[in-house]
Amino acid sequence: MDQHSFLFQAMIYLGAAVLLVPLARKMGLGSVLGYLIAGILIGPSALNLVGDRSEDVMHVAEFGVVMMLFVIGLELEPSLLWKLRKPIVGMGGLQVLITAAIITGICFVAGIDRNQAIAIGLIAAPSSTALVIQTLQEKGLMKTDAGQSSFAVLLFQDIAVIPMLAVLPMLAPSQSDNSANHGSDAWISSQPGWVQTLAVIFAVGIIVLAGRFLVRPLLRMVAATRSREVFTATTLLLVIAITLLMTSVGLSPALGTFLAGVVLANSEYRHELESDIEPFKGILLGIFFISVGAAINFSLMADSPLLVVGILLGLMAVKAVVLAMTGRVFNLSTDQNLIYSLGLCQVGEFAFVLLSFTRQANILNQHTADLLLAVVALSMALTPLLFLLNEKFLLPRFDVKEKPVEKEADTIEEKNPVIIAGFGHYGNTVGRFLRAHGIGTTILDIDSDRVDYLRKMGFRVYYGDASRYDLLHAAGASEARIILLTIDDPVKRLEMIETIKKHFPNLQIMVRSQNRYDAYDQMNAGMMHIYRETVDSALRMGVDTMKILGFRAYSASRAASTFLQYDERNLKYLSSIRDEKQYINTAREFIEELDKIIQNDLRAPELNRDKGWDEESLINDARNMSPSNG
Amino acid sequence: MARILIQFAHPALEKSRVHKQLLRHIPQHPDIYVNDLYERYPDFNIDITREQQLLLKYDIIVLQHPFYWYSSPAIIKQWQDLVLEHGWAYGSQGNALKGKVLLNAISAGGSFEVYRPEGRNRHTIPEFLYPFEQTARLCHMEYWPPFAIHGTHRLQEADISLYALQYEQLLLAMANDRVSPSELATCHYLNDLVPIPSTIQS
Repeated sequence: MDQHSFLFQAMIYLGAAVLLVPLARKMGLGSVLGYLIAGILIGPSALNLVGDRSEDVMHVAEFGVVMMLFVIGLELEPSLLWKLRKPIVGMGGLQVLITAAIITGICFVAGIDRNQAIAIGLIAAPSSTALVIQTLQEKGLMKTDAGQSSFAVLLFQDIAVIPMLAVLPMLAPSQSDNSANHGSDAWISSQPGWVQTLAVIFAVGIIVLAGRFLVRPLLRMVAATRSREVFTATTLLLVIAITLLMTSVGLSPALGTFLAGVVLANSEYRHELESDIEPFKGILLGIFFISVGAAINFSLMADSPLLVVGILLGLMAVKAVVLAMTGRVFNLSTDQNLIYSLGLCQVGEFAFVLLSFTRQANILNQHTADLLLAVVALSMALTPLLFLLNEKFLLPRFDVKEKPVEKEADTIEEKNPVIIAGFGHYGNTVGRFLRAHGIGTTILDIDSDRVDYLRKMGFRVYYGDASRYDLLHAAGASEARIILLTIDDPVKRLEMIETIKKHFPNLQIMVRSQNRYDAYDQMNAGMMHIYRETVDSALRMGVDTMKILGFRAYSASRAASTFLQYDERNLKYLSSIRDEKQYINTAREFIEELDKIIQNDLRAPELNRDKGWDEESLINDARNMSPSNG
Repeated sequence: MARILIQFAHPALEKSRVHKQLLRHIPQHPDIYVNDLYERYPDFNIDITREQQLLLKYDIIVLQHPFYWYSSPAIIKQWQDLVLEHGWAYGSQGNALKGKVLLNAISAGGSFEVYRPEGRNRHTIPEFLYPFEQTARLCHMEYWPPFAIHGTHRLQEADISLYALQYEQLLLAMANDRVSPSELATCHYLNDLVPIPSTIQS
């Protein structure tokens, strides 16, 4: 690719993304659908701006999937992985095996050759990790049961791709066995079986050991240079090196980086690695989705529309039913199961990899492969729509069905003076406290299981994104007196402050804040009632420390309340002299700020003296007044 | 014109019948200020600077509270301990409160009769209030007889509102300097300065 055409391609792709993604998000369609539409638009069927290069681009963009798995790995602590072992092996295993078996069976019955049928079954089984994780994260559903189950199944599928790649060559017509391999750049495929196995074990071992003993010291060294771009370069180097290593032994690079991510998840550089790789991942994933959109062969669909639609719907229906069944087996509640099974019923990006492999190996002919490619791309394009339909039509209906269970219609009519947005660890403590004193609260929460449970306990709960105007309105924000913003996400909280100030000016806002910087932002947004998560419990710890050291309990707790008052005043002062544009990003700035705080502490008037209880002046006075007694 | 500061202390005002009515009858007057101690310092963390500034601004300090265990609720004691500092309120240099007036406005469950030498409590209300009187003396303040409401458990709402009216009249009289030293010398309670029908004095 010469430089000019590379830049031109880049311009087309990025331009399409910049134009369409914001548009799609504004329409509530999510960014993934935006990318896909952008791809369709610039693809051969519409504007034809990408020429025949889209497949090259897709190869580059697949690297986005690799990076995404690295990030997923980083976010995953081994303990979580262990906790999820049942759904990963159980749900994932069931889903892949049954789906592959059923689709193979259907293909076989439809008169397709046995080997081809098996290949199609294997290709169709995995779902799209990139698409589903991105969508779930955007909708804030990752922590729900549906999110966790989806994640577990996707993880299993990603791992299952490796044995699939091992099985597929065996399906190839025997005379073309060699031609299947000549295009593959993997040195390993020409080696005997035991060498391949050893190589795989060796590669995985290298990643785990190097992650432990080599990468961490390296990162420490690089971090010590305090040069951010070198750190970024190191991160990229790490991912690329693993990708090369894995491809050379014929393993999925996605699995390799995922593994590396897990190994580094416990390291102190986790967040830095994550934030360094994030923009690359985002852009490449976007381009990947665009190239999927561009790869959809619409002329094929125009030739045999019924066939394409039939295969598409049949495939998704089979997948959805199998998924719903596994969800049922693993006790997902109905609405969670809906999110999970409709969310995962597309065919994933690994199908593109597997398809190109099967075509090279002559397992499938060009026509079948093209047809499947179109079906896969379409099923991915339909996924965001399915999420949307599910959210707009199915889930609310389910919600409505639930409602008659709550018989006390009058308590529903009753207007509660307090709304709690977010009933996690923070929100539920405040909520329980208020409820224990008979104060009516309305709760907004995004976790549907929690919502379900709370409803059963007789709470008035609304399911959904608390920053949405309509949800706030439905929850009675115009009649309530106070809203407690206790959701986890600081950005969401600021959004909510904006929305509430705009639409419900009479609603008093009390807001949780993570730390000082959060509090500064909230002060700038005009908040008066700000509650830093850390400050009260930290001071209680301080009080208990003083007590254990021998201070009297009352003196210690009185000192803490005096300090709290002083610290709140100090916070307001520092906020007023703070440069609004300057956000604290680096450790050095944090220390500068800390220095300012501690200097103020030193200048503060005696924080620990109550003169009324101090006898010094009394004693002096007594001595001066009656020297004869001395 | 005398400026009046009412230091109000009731740990559970929502349960009180008498003090709710009394508070409602405190005249809306630029020179009368109610400082609700339990409301302002729920953790007893009294702001000493603020309290001293307040004391400096006013001439008559009324401690309004229920009569718990022959004395005041705990926060009044905390307030005394912390705010009336040596070298400020008393001691060789402590003249900040010189010439000001201190008095208690209290409600008591027992009747007037039980607070007599021959009664169950064996002492009068002014005798029980000696610590306040002496506090005032030590701070170079004048101590006035208390305003007192007796037998609060048996009072009807209508009786309470009569007392509340009496309190209101008393505060206005004090604010307008209509309380003379000769009257003060003769009265047992400040209530005597504003007579109400004898039927409810039992």
